[in-house]
Amino acid sequence: MAYSDKLLDHYENPRNVGAMDKDEDSVGTGLVGAPACGDVMKLQIKVDEDGIIEDAKFKTFGCGSAIASSSLVTEWVKGKTLDEASEIKNTDIAQELALPPVKIHCSILAEDAIKAAVSDYKSKKDPKSEAAE
Amino acid sequence: MQDKNKIMSMTKGNWSKDEPLYLDYQATTPTDPRVVEKMLPFFSERFGNPHSRTHHYGWDAEGAVENARAQVASLIGASPKEIIFTSGATESNNLALQGVGKFYKDKRNHIITCVTEHKCVLDTCRHLEQDGFEITYMPVQQNGLIDLDKLDAAITDNTLMVSIMAVNNEIGVIQPIKEIGALCRAKGAFFHTDAAQAAGKIPLDVDDMNIDLMSISGHKLYGPMGIGVLYVRRRPRVRIVAMINGGGQERGMRSGTLPTPLCVGIGEACELAQKEMGAETERLKMLRTRFYDGINERLDEVFLNGDLEQRIPGNLNISFAYVEGEGLMMGVNDLAVSSGSACTSASLEPSYVLRALGVEEELAHTSLRIGLGRFTTPEEVDYAVETIATEVTRLRAMSPLWEMAQEGIDIKSIEWAEH
Repeated sequence: MAYSDKLLDHYENPRNVGAMDKDEDSVGTGLVGAPACGDVMKLQIKVDEDGIIEDAKFKTFGCGSAIASSSLVTEWVKGKTLDEASEIKNTDIAQELALPPVKIHCSILAEDAIKAAVSDYKSKKDPKSEAAE
Repeated sequence: MQDKNKIMSMTKGNWSKDEPLYLDYQATTPTDPRVVEKMLPFFSERFGNPHSRTHHYGWDAEGAVENARAQVASLIGASPKEIIFTSGATESNNLALQGVGKFYKDKRNHIITCVTEHKCVLDTCRHLEQDGFEITYMPVQQNGLIDLDKLDAAITDNTLMVSIMAVNNEIGVIQPIKEIGALCRAKGAFFHTDAAQAAGKIPLDVDDMNIDLMSISGHKLYGPMGIGVLYVRRRPRVRIVAMINGGGQERGMRSGTLPTPLCVGIGEACELAQKEMGAETERLKMLRTRFYDGINERLDEVFLNGDLEQRIPGNLNISFAYVEGEGLMMGVNDLAVSSGSACTSASLEPSYVLRALGVEEELAHTSLRIGLGRFTTPEEVDYAVETIATEVTRLRAMSPLWEMAQEGIDIKSIEWAEH
C-alpha cells in the first residue's frame, strides 16, 4: 500500500505525543476505539479562559494511518474554539493525509476523538451540558 | 544477468539494505540458484514434451521428469509411482480432499480437519459440506497442537479421512503426525497431511507415519512457484477421482502436460533439502534462539504464539503487547515480515489461527510472524532484533494502552466502544 508523504511524516515524526492531567478542569480527554478492534486513540485538549484550545496531546494504539490521523488533529485543533474544533470532519482528515479507502475508519476515529475530548471538557465545566449532548 | 547476480549476492548473505531484509520464509522462499541452474536447460534447449513418445526430445524431457519424481519420492520415503505433480499445494489439497471424497462418498462421508488449517483446506471442506459431507473441525490446544484423545474420540466408523497439516503456516508448530497416522490406520480412515510448510524442513516418512496422502509445494522449499506434489499411497491403495480431465497424464489423476522445468526444479529442491536438512536445522535453531533471546533481552511483555519446542526452526510468531501489528510493520518497513493484525488482511478480523489458540484479540492484533531461512545470516538477525526493539519501544511510548498498563489500569476493566 502506498502512503502519502504527509502521512508518513506524521507517522515517523508524530506531533504532540504525550499526556496531560486528565483530572485538571481545563483538560478534556477523549478515549475512543477498542483494543480488540486494533485501534485506540486518546486525545487531550487544554482549553484557556477564552474557550480557545491552547494545547493538545495524543497517544494512539493502531496502524500508521491511525497514528497519523491523531497527530494531524492535534495540530488542527490548536488555536480553535471548541465549536470550531468540533466542525473538523473525517473527510478533511482523510483528504489531507490521502488515506486509502480501507483506512477511512481511522479518520472517523480521529473525528470521534475530538468530539469526545470537547464533550469531556464541557461536562467538567457544566455537568448539565453532558445530559444535553 | 543482473537479476542472477542479485540472487547470488542475496544468497551469500550480502544483504545491502537497499531492499527490505527478507524475513518471511513461510510466505515463500527464493528459488535456490542451484535449482535455477538445473531448470534453465529445460526452457529452450531440452524443451520437449515429456509425453511425446516418438522422438528424442520427448524421451529426454520424460527422463528429467522421472528423475525429479524420484528425488521428491526420496525426500518422503515414497515410491516414485506415488508422486503426482500438480500446480501447487492448493491444488494438491483440493485434489486430496475432493478426489478421495468423490470416490468414496457412498461408503463413508465424514471428514475430520482442524480449525488452524490453511484456507485452501478449510474452504474445500466448506464446499464438501455443501455436497453432503459431514465435516468435523477439531480445535487446538493453547500451544497450537491437536489433542490426540479428542481426535481419537472424533473418528467414527463413518470417518473417511482425517486431514491435519504437518506444520502450521503462521505459528510453525509441528503436529504429532506419526501419532495421528497410527490412529487413522487403526480405525481405517485415510490420513492426508498438508506438508507445504514441513517438507524439506523436518523428516517425513510416509510409511513410518502412516500417511496416505501428502501435499507439497515447490516454492516453500526453495523450488519454483507453480508446482506442487500430491503423494497418493499405492499399498493399500488410495483411489481418487481426478479434478482435471484430459490426456490422462499422472496415471489419470491429473491431466495436462507436465512443466518439465518446474518438475526438475522441485525435484532438485527436494534433493538439496534432504541433503542439507540436518545441518540447516541446527543453523536455523541457533539463529532463532539468537533472535528470540535478543528480543527478550530488549523488551518486556512479548509473547510467543504456539509451542516453542514442537516447532520448525525457521519460525517465530511473537505478540508485542500494546503495539498494533500493522503500525509496527510500517515502522520496521526495511524488514519484510507479516502480521496477524486485522488491518493486513482483507477480512478485517485478526488471525483465525491465533484466535484458535485462545490468543486474545488485542494480542492477536500485535503479532508479527518472522520467518528465517536458508539465506538468513546472524548479522541480519541482529539487525532485525535491533530494528524491532527500537520501533516497539518508540510505539509503546505513544500507546495509550501501554500508558494504562504502566499506571496499573486493567485494560479489560474499561468499557470500550467496539466499532
